[in-house]
Amino acid sequence: MAAEDKKRSLHRLLVNRIRQGPGQASSGQRTRAFENAALPDPLRPLLEKVATKSNQVTDADFATATQAGFTDEELFELVVCAAVGEATRRYEAGLAALAEAIADRETR
Amino acid sequence: MRPAVLDHGYGVATKLLFTVIRLVSGHPLPDAAKITFFRPDFYGKHMKRFTQEAMRGSSGWTVGDRELMAAYVSKVNGSPFCIAAHTATAARAYRDEARVAAVLDDLGSAPIDEGLRATLGMLGKLSGEGTLSAADVRAVLATGVSPGQIEDALAVGFAFDTTDRLANAFAFELLSQEGFEAGAKYLLKRGYG
Repeated sequence: MAAEDKKRSLHRLLVNRIRQGPGQASSGQRTRAFENAALPDPLRPLLEKVATKSNQVTDADFATATQAGFTDEELFELVVCAAVGEATRRYEAGLAALAEAIADRETR
Repeated sequence: MRPAVLDHGYGVATKLLFTVIRLVSGHPLPDAAKITFFRPDFYGKHMKRFTQEAMRGSSGWTVGDRELMAAYVSKVNGSPFCIAAHTATAARAYRDEARVAAVLDDLGSAPIDEGLRATLGMLGKLSGEGTLSAADVRAVLATGVSPGQIEDALAVGFAFDTTDRLANAFAFELLSQEGFEAGAKYLLKRGYG
């Protein structure tokens, strides 16, 4: 694993794109969705479920966000950010555990 | 799909492409593929590149092993669409439905080698609990799996931790068994790019 794994750079491109690239939702909103933190009330039921129990998302969760003025385009972006954010935390936790395990092995 | 824009928010050329695919293949384009055409510059184009590299790029794992990981992670995440799609794809890649069914039924007793079993267990823990320790990884390395294979497996985990959530949130429509088989055939022939 001397050269950086291509998948890690593709992952970084994806994350940078959805958080900071052009979008209908603000970059700040997308970052909060990605981090599943400091979400405004009408987004919280939808985005918290996307992150932690996605099989419980309901039409009503989307309706709550829509009634507060969020458009379909914004909700698409914010749901993508919430999903990629949660998956990224797992990916990074796994890669960190791998790095630690390899370092342990090499110092023995 | 929900929100509604994911069903109708496509340009004329893309809609025509969807129609041609339906006529030629005899099946509507699955929602998992359709979503990558929705504002591809935001998500689809970038995610397809990652997924293609993770699932079909060079790796110490076979395509069948990686499709099995996708099915297993999807089971842990509770995503019916992705479980069905990748169970069909893994079974077709391995030419062995029973092996895939056994893993999804009970990983501990399934007839697979210990390295793959340990790797699936590690992915299941990470997707289910959200954490992984160095000790968990050392246990996988001890079965003879290489660090590169673990890195590759973690990438499969990322792809499906993401896709499973979107499949559930956007309510991807389940296909008929025949539709999932056609999708599996396509994914093995053409991949994710």
